[in-house]
Amino acid sequence: MLDAFDTLILARSQFAFTVMFHIIFPAFSIGLASYLLVLEGLWLKTDKNVYLELFKYWRKIFAVTFAMGVVSGIVMSYQFGTNWSVFSDKAGPVIGPLMAYEVLTAFFLEAGFLGVMLFGMGRVSKNLHFLATFMVAIGTLISTTWILSANSWMHTPAGFSINEVGQYVPENWLEIIFNPSFPYRLVHMVLAAYLTTAFIVGGVGALHLLRENSNEAARKMFSMAMWMAVLVAPLQLVAGDLHGLNTFEHQPVKVMAMEGHYHSHAEGAPLYIFGIPNDETQSLDYAIGIPKLSSLILEHDLNAPLKGLDTVPDELQPPVGIVFWSFRVMVSVGMLMIIVGLIGAVLRRRGHLYDSRLFHRLCVLMGPSGFVAVLAGWVTTEVGRQPFTIYGELLTSNSIGPVEKQAVAVSLLAFIIVYFLLFGAGTYYILKMMNKLPEELQTISHGPSRVMEGHSSKRSERLGEVQNGQNIQSAGEDNQGGNGDD
Amino acid sequence: MIDLPLIWASLLAFAVFVYVVLDGFDLGIGILYPYLKTGQDRDVAMNSVAPVWDGNETWLILGGGGLFAAFPLAYAVIMPALYAPIIVMILALVFRGVAFEYRWRDDRHKPIWDLSFHLGSLAATFSQGIVLGSFVQGIKVVDRAYGGGWWDWLSPFTIICGFALTCGYCLLGATWLILKTEEGLRDRAYSFARLFGVLTLVFMAIVSVWTPFLSPDIAERWVSFPQLLFVIPVPTFIIVLGCLLGWGIYKRVDRVPFFATIGLFGLCFAGLGIGVAPYIVPRAITIHEAAAPHASLLFMLVGAVILIPIILMYTAYSYWVFRGKIDPNAGYH
Repeated sequence: MLDAFDTLILARSQFAFTVMFHIIFPAFSIGLASYLLVLEGLWLKTDKNVYLELFKYWRKIFAVTFAMGVVSGIVMSYQFGTNWSVFSDKAGPVIGPLMAYEVLTAFFLEAGFLGVMLFGMGRVSKNLHFLATFMVAIGTLISTTWILSANSWMHTPAGFSINEVGQYVPENWLEIIFNPSFPYRLVHMVLAAYLTTAFIVGGVGALHLLRENSNEAARKMFSMAMWMAVLVAPLQLVAGDLHGLNTFEHQPVKVMAMEGHYHSHAEGAPLYIFGIPNDETQSLDYAIGIPKLSSLILEHDLNAPLKGLDTVPDELQPPVGIVFWSFRVMVSVGMLMIIVGLIGAVLRRRGHLYDSRLFHRLCVLMGPSGFVAVLAGWVTTEVGRQPFTIYGELLTSNSIGPVEKQAVAVSLLAFIIVYFLLFGAGTYYILKMMNKLPEELQTISHGPSRVMEGHSSKRSERLGEVQNGQNIQSAGEDNQGGNGDD
Repeated sequence: MIDLPLIWASLLAFAVFVYVVLDGFDLGIGILYPYLKTGQDRDVAMNSVAPVWDGNETWLILGGGGLFAAFPLAYAVIMPALYAPIIVMILALVFRGVAFEYRWRDDRHKPIWDLSFHLGSLAATFSQGIVLGSFVQGIKVVDRAYGGGWWDWLSPFTIICGFALTCGYCLLGATWLILKTEEGLRDRAYSFARLFGVLTLVFMAIVSVWTPFLSPDIAERWVSFPQLLFVIPVPTFIIVLGCLLGWGIYKRVDRVPFFATIGLFGLCFAGLGIGVAPYIVPRAITIHEAAAPHASLLFMLVGAVILIPIILMYTAYSYWVFRGKIDPNAGYH
């Protein structure tokens, strides 16, 4: 019994660990792909060099991010089977096809055109190259759509029946795909990805403005990022609120945990700002709350009664502490983003966007804020679905396959070591690239042009005769960079 | 009514075959990597696959995802049965996948990522061979689930399959390099192709002779009369293509060895199909028993029929954009 429990915890930890690592990369690359599309479009339209420079700069960072996303994604597509084979057998007929469509409509599209986007400038026309960038960007969004549909179905299952061997079988594909929480989750996630990217781009821009505030590329990326922040962050607040109301309608228990409502409130429930959830005593210790505000937000009525976790059997409650706090982290980061966006807008109006050093420092600090919010948000929604994998239908403890504890433990350890090692290295390289200005990054690892590339390789070969060994790297850099140039 | 499970089994077999051929050559290059000269040769070899490797690996996701979607029961049985080799494979793919980008980022770290590329490719390939071997060897099923332990996959047969696939991928990688490169690197690729061409054929013979002894059921398929007529072309064509491969390598006709190798892989695959059908978990679960309900298969088939031809078209386009010899001095003369 204890053994089965341990295996379950280990398998859950493994899924949580690999999926949390994985989501970091798409959260960045979805937004970055769209940003690259905008940059290339602006370059084609205006012919201004700064856009091309920025495009090439962020494309290098995109390439590394995307590679990490791909390899950590392959892990996900096999993890369902290795540890959660009972879930796979039961849910496969419904969510399997959604994932198959993700592969067919999105993964191939991204992968097929990624090569052209990264290495094809100079081999194809400008318009065709732009088309390739467009395909990569649209591919990331299509992928988001399918995977969020599948994920949402696990939160708000619809359009299915159960067959004689206990499998969930599709009855109505439209109801399955457009299940109740899907549209809200999709919008919320796409905006989150855009905000994540905007704050990274803004952070990098701010970093370079702190060093050299006349740099055109730094100014341009910072300005674009601040526009995104002021426009999208408030929009995300609205989307998040609607998503919350949707959750309240379909997964009320999750909202009780988010709100820390252990007790039902007959006349208006408070919005707790702080508190220490205690599942043992089923109470929120040291609670500080604003009276009746929760009822106002959720029911649009100050005195509306709200049910609490006291109406839910203990074994069907999610772990409140995690959900309660991750939700607060997400909301706080979101609020900070709105504030940064507003300050940016005010500074821009007053003409100080590029010379307010304090604000630039704040933006550097806010650079990774999107990741924090995305992870906290996913923890809220996924832990909040517990103890179910398919909400109200299939318990997590009944989803695990016949795996041995040892196998799960060893593989979990392997994932942890490999991920920290390899993705740590990737993060280091990305930070190193971000630490350079676009023009610096180009001179270091970009050959001048396809035709010139021959020159530089020849040159490095000749140099190599003198300085043996040196030519190895420079020829390689020229080759790779040269492919990416026109 | 059309036989949807059969169609899906064929589509998945096709996806796995495309994966084996496409990722096979870039994994093969990874295995051969330490035996290429550092510097330009390695850079050229890496650049010959850099624009396409990601697309190549997408076929693996289609294979895994498609199995999950179309045959959830088979997926639920096979994955736990092959737990260890699958985990090793996906982790190894991480090691080699990141190397494509990381090796350009810091000159001092280049040898590390070259090693990561090599070991990752080698481990991924060997695990895939073991996965293949265990699949053919059979998987214990109890009540809609895997019924064995997590080391059941380990046997002399699966180890031999690991070596066989490693040699096969090396041959694919070497013949791809023959197709895509010139001068010194191509010379070296020809010598690899000679070595691994012989080894691949030897291993194919060993595995083919061994397989019927795994189960009387397989033996029966290969030797009983009506099937024999259907089965005989496979070894015959293997001999023909083996000769073609040898001729291409001997006469140094750059285009021949790669496509002859693909043909050999295709025949092995057909042989595998003859040994396995109509099971999806050999001798335990048939494709019809494991198939997802009609509604799932039909829904996906609509998409697959429209999308797979389009995918093949733009994949071909992407290969076409990067066609011809990879030459660091291209466009200079």
